[in-house]
Amino acid sequence: MIALLGRRFAGLILTLAAVSFLIFAVMDLLPGDPASIMLGTSATPETLAALRHELGLDQPLLLRYGQWVAGVLSGDLGQSYTYGVPVAGLIIERLAVTLPLALFAILLSVVIAVPLGTFAAARRDGIADIIATLFSQVSIAVPAFWVALLLIILFSTTLGLMPAGGFPGWGSGLWPALQALVMPATALALPQAGVLTRVTRTAVLETLHEDFTRTALAKGLSARAVLWRHAVPNALVPILTTLGLQFTFLVAGAILVENVFNLPGLGRLAFQALSQRDIIAMQDVVLFFAALVVIMNFLVDMSYLAIDPRLRKDV
Amino acid sequence: MITSLFPAPFTRLAQRLSLSAALSVVIMASVAMPAQAGKAVLNLGMSVEPTGLDPTIAAPVAIGQVTWQNVFEGLVSIDESGKVRPQLAKSWDVSPDGLTYTFKLQTGVKFHDGETFNSTTAKFALERARGKDSVNPQKRFFASIASIDTPDPETLVLHLSQSTGSLLYWLGWPASVMVGPKSAASDKTHPVGTGPFKFVNWAKGDKVELAKNEAYWNSQVSVKLDKVTFRFIADPQAQAAALKAGDVDAIPEFAAPELMSSFKDDPRLVTKIGNTELKVVAGMNNSRKPFDDKRVRQALMMAIDRQTVIDGAWSGLGTAIGSHYTPNDPGYQDMTGVLPYNPEKAKALLAEAGYPNGFTFTIKSPQMAYAPRSAQVMQAMFAEIGVTMNIEPTEFPAKWVQDVMKDRAYEMTIVAHAEPMDIDIYSRDPYYFNYKNPVFNDLVKKVQETTDPALQIKINEEAQKILAEDVPALYLFVMPKLGVWDKNLKGLWENEPIPSNVLTNVAWKE
Repeated sequence: MIALLGRRFAGLILTLAAVSFLIFAVMDLLPGDPASIMLGTSATPETLAALRHELGLDQPLLLRYGQWVAGVLSGDLGQSYTYGVPVAGLIIERLAVTLPLALFAILLSVVIAVPLGTFAAARRDGIADIIATLFSQVSIAVPAFWVALLLIILFSTTLGLMPAGGFPGWGSGLWPALQALVMPATALALPQAGVLTRVTRTAVLETLHEDFTRTALAKGLSARAVLWRHAVPNALVPILTTLGLQFTFLVAGAILVENVFNLPGLGRLAFQALSQRDIIAMQDVVLFFAALVVIMNFLVDMSYLAIDPRLRKDV
Repeated sequence: MITSLFPAPFTRLAQRLSLSAALSVVIMASVAMPAQAGKAVLNLGMSVEPTGLDPTIAAPVAIGQVTWQNVFEGLVSIDESGKVRPQLAKSWDVSPDGLTYTFKLQTGVKFHDGETFNSTTAKFALERARGKDSVNPQKRFFASIASIDTPDPETLVLHLSQSTGSLLYWLGWPASVMVGPKSAASDKTHPVGTGPFKFVNWAKGDKVELAKNEAYWNSQVSVKLDKVTFRFIADPQAQAAALKAGDVDAIPEFAAPELMSSFKDDPRLVTKIGNTELKVVAGMNNSRKPFDDKRVRQALMMAIDRQTVIDGAWSGLGTAIGSHYTPNDPGYQDMTGVLPYNPEKAKALLAEAGYPNGFTFTIKSPQMAYAPRSAQVMQAMFAEIGVTMNIEPTEFPAKWVQDVMKDRAYEMTIVAHAEPMDIDIYSRDPYYFNYKNPVFNDLVKKVQETTDPALQIKINEEAQKILAEDVPALYLFVMPKLGVWDKNLKGLWENEPIPSNVLTNVAWKE
């Protein structure tokens, strides 16, 4: 068990090392010189050289890579070229928006999807099932940013109930901050809820056909008790797995929704860094996303092992 | 009672709902109240977030649009009509040979951190801008300054190596603002100037907040706003929503002309269509075949109906131009009649140049809305004279700056030139047009050799004419400034002779 954990962990470190080099190399291959973007169209060659030197861009690739990795390992993510402040601070500021947004969206999608999927499975081919199938098909098909626009048109510009966008900051109090996140989280949650409804429905259906549910029914347990006490808990593994994977998707994939609602999140930072060739910030953010995905996968793998003893025996 | 019609649980639920609704109304009202009460607060929306807040070390226009004239001031400033006005220098004297500028400075001026502004500070700021390690985006402005003297705290003397007729105008630019020796190094993230507003906070990705400078030196100015928040909203739909929902009070440069008409029905808002210095031109690589042939360039110009381009690209909002000059520049001449739309003549010119069957080329088009839209209209018009234009989307600024500006590996491109009065770019070598015309270069030199504005205007007239006939770039249109703001808001600039958001005279109607 310990050996297995060790192997998985080593794999995680190796993946991250490979990813970090790949990110660095790709960033270097991107056309566009950060210094000439900052100086604009009137820049003279000597001004350009001065700025390139100031940013350390005149040093060889491997040296810059080494400095970056050494910095990251010691907790120093470097200075953003364009903002002129430490990138670590920028990422933390942005996470204060993106993390709550992703968690809020996950929560919403669970609240919608788990009951809906369970009812659909319990009353297979009934009205609940038809509604659930319709809902999941439509919500997966409709893009999140479009839902976002509809929400803004309805609740902000027409009814005037909600702010159209922006984020007041957690310093302004819990309620204004949450209010700013309600519509973005809804827009993000809907497609996720569609996926999760399907997963829940399938998983509950499967457990309903298992021997232990039949036994429970035969022992005289009511259908409702069998559903909530036996079928649903046993369907949790695929549901949790999906949630784990969705979380990374939500954090990294919120960029369009963050744009529509003008939220200063991590996705917007990544986009801005890319267009300004703020290479340091870009590298750090992409590495962060990569680390998030790799670590999340690792945790999901580990949770299988924790939940299901049979898997532990196999490996 | 109506509620008694429903079973008890519903009644309780209804009570709870109405209670929470009432509560949220109270909370929302209390959140909204402070903004309403004093009416000395302004929320201003901008499309682009600045990268750093010091206009003297990086080029992006958005930096000046937040800090120029609000936080930072110059020796001179440029007013809404584009004229040079005294600011930190109250007067000046230019020697007859144009080589010595003597400025008399304002007294009692302090930076926001309490540091005194005097001739030594001014010298520091100019030395920093022109020095060896300077990364000032307009370093060339200061190239002719040979030495700087400070005979006393109120007097600043610039000795030039050659006459520079545009120097005063350039000293009014964002890149020439005065910075303090103690604060200059941190101006990028925490700008400290002498202006009517002090920097308060920058929530990156979201907003920059400024507050009134109670100790502002200029007693002739009465600043009405206590607090200003610049909010950065990239998406035009989100901008429109923020305006309609009242989240922002003004967007001085609205990003989508096609949405302008949607504000007409809103009684709370006004729309103002002003002029800018943004010249949309399709530059050609003048050293490449077939663009090295003047007749080809002229034929392409005559194939274009500028009004159709404006209609297609910018919803009909814009002014056609025939040279690299805008109607609000001094000495503007309408050059649209030099090579007017005439496909027949264009075809004949092409045949004369040896292309009776046309030719094929590629335009590198940045992603800003105006560029691909203009390119598509031009593509259709070129097809009428047998010329095939392929459109290659080119990411701006990164790839565009690399391919077009640096490597000059392109045939045609299209971009809006934002710098005011920058007709001299056609004399720069190297510059992306690869345009080389000694007669034109001479004119640009002559403008700098005189300090007489009337003579400068006359020379610039001639320069406009040369460009209109030579067409190193296809001159399309000047972009309008699309302002949308609360109808009770006064004092925002309607025109933009230089990219800025000057808030000194902005106030809410009493």
